[in-house]
Amino acid sequence: MTQLRDYARVIRSKNSGPFELTFDILFDNLEDYEHFVASKVLTKESFAKLYQIKVSDIITFEYVKPARGIKITIPRPWSQGSVGESDMHGSQQYANLLTLEIPEK
Amino acid sequence: MEELRVLVPNGMLGYGFPLEDFERGIKRQPHGIVVDAGSTDSGPQKLALGEMTCPESAYYRELATMIPAAKEAGIPLIISSAGGDGTNEHVDLFVEMAEQIANEQELSLQVAKIYSDIPKNQIDSALQSDKITEMQNVPQLTQEEVEQATVVTAQMGAEPYLALLEANNQPDVIIGGRTYDPAPTAALGMYYGFDPALAWHMGKIIECGAICCVPAEKTVLGTLRQDHFLIEPMSPHSKAMPHTVAAHTMYEKSSAFNLPGPGGTLNLENCEFKAENDRVTRVSGSRFIKDENYTVKLEGAKVVGYRSITVMGVRDPILIDQVDEALAYVREQTKKELPEEYAQSQIIFHPYGKNATMKNLESLADEVGHEMCVIAEVASPTQEMAQLVVNRIRTTLLHYGYPGRVATSGNIGMPFTPLEIPLGKVCQFNVYHLLQIEDPIKQFPATVQEVGK
Repeated sequence: MTQLRDYARVIRSKNSGPFELTFDILFDNLEDYEHFVASKVLTKESFAKLYQIKVSDIITFEYVKPARGIKITIPRPWSQGSVGESDMHGSQQYANLLTLEIPEK
Repeated sequence: MEELRVLVPNGMLGYGFPLEDFERGIKRQPHGIVVDAGSTDSGPQKLALGEMTCPESAYYRELATMIPAAKEAGIPLIISSAGGDGTNEHVDLFVEMAEQIANEQELSLQVAKIYSDIPKNQIDSALQSDKITEMQNVPQLTQEEVEQATVVTAQMGAEPYLALLEANNQPDVIIGGRTYDPAPTAALGMYYGFDPALAWHMGKIIECGAICCVPAEKTVLGTLRQDHFLIEPMSPHSKAMPHTVAAHTMYEKSSAFNLPGPGGTLNLENCEFKAENDRVTRVSGSRFIKDENYTVKLEGAKVVGYRSITVMGVRDPILIDQVDEALAYVREQTKKELPEEYAQSQIIFHPYGKNATMKNLESLADEVGHEMCVIAEVASPTQEMAQLVVNRIRTTLLHYGYPGRVATSGNIGMPFTPLEIPLGKVCQFNVYHLLQIEDPIKQFPATVQEVGK
């Protein structure tokens, strides 16, 4: 088994506007991307479980072949920059994804 | 015209760019220079307090390079979302800077400006006639919230820019208020008769400069043709590759395939990204689906109080083991001792070392470090009150005799003076809604003035 941190080229999170968080996972080549998609390690259900949110909360879950990547967007759990903010750009929220286990090809 | 070349010196005005890349771009004889200055990324306080994203000197320095270059080439320079928030105030300030540059460099310039502040009475009447809808995950708008917002702007589309480009006396410089980032490039594309969908898509990619390239650089040239467009970084060491350009289409957006904006949605489901050569990417297949009703996104923020913090280090494992209970005790004590102030304040603990950054999204909720930093954040109606409450929190935790304590001289390590740090006003986005408008040009008043010699 390999962890996603050693398998994907980019794993990132970012605000998409002040009220949404978006996650992108990008792979080096089409083969890695397709293996990841086929492995079904990351589905709406597993993502929701990992982030302790409801499947129905997921706004976007897209396989983006031209970019060799996957995009997921969820509501921002707290409004950007207001009292209690801990991550202004939403740029550290990807951390849960790093240790996803990818089966061997 | 066979192709339209648009030069973007950097993805954000004020962030700097290599002069040699800019000059390389000018040598390619672009038909326009476009730079966006806007973002909501640094939070609501800039819009609420009238602050800009960069220091004025950063904007001035870059405008002083771009304005004469555009004038000499006889092409328009378009700056959108002046100051970051794009308020009328910052549009005026940018026009003043352009005038100063014209005077200093002995240029004669036609400078156009486009305002994007939305009068509050227009929002009120739109609310009453159901012409406002909230974006996903945003509370419904009320008249009270509109009143509390310092200023409300709307993201304009391509139309106000297109109208200025089509004017008899085309301006040398256009300073736009709050603008959907790809709009100036889309306007240039439409002005020269190209497919609006491709122009919108090219604008979406180049508005961030050469971020879509590897390594990410600042300056980019977009070349729009009849049935495709090309992306090329102006740094010779950087490459635009099909998958990096495609990946950039996803950046900071809710969806990679449907990008809603003023007047319609850019649909990229049938897009193709191909290598033109080893450092240029060709994109085709973009579609633009017009909305039945024209809507623009409103942005507003309000001041919600004053904030103070205290920064506390915890190393004692006996306390770390029960830190949640200790912080609950501190909160309870504060409530007992300062009931009136407590009722008017928000208290948030940021326990770094235990889920502070990801809060309820954290999957490793039970893995705690051997030391922690607890930042107590207090927002109150006045700075004085915030200082009082945060002082009580600090001193209560400092001397709390928690179960099992073996050290009695103080429970926290304090790195900074002042021990309670006043952070000033704290703000919140409170308007982030779609407004249906009748006329996408008239909604954003434009004027042209001559400056310089």
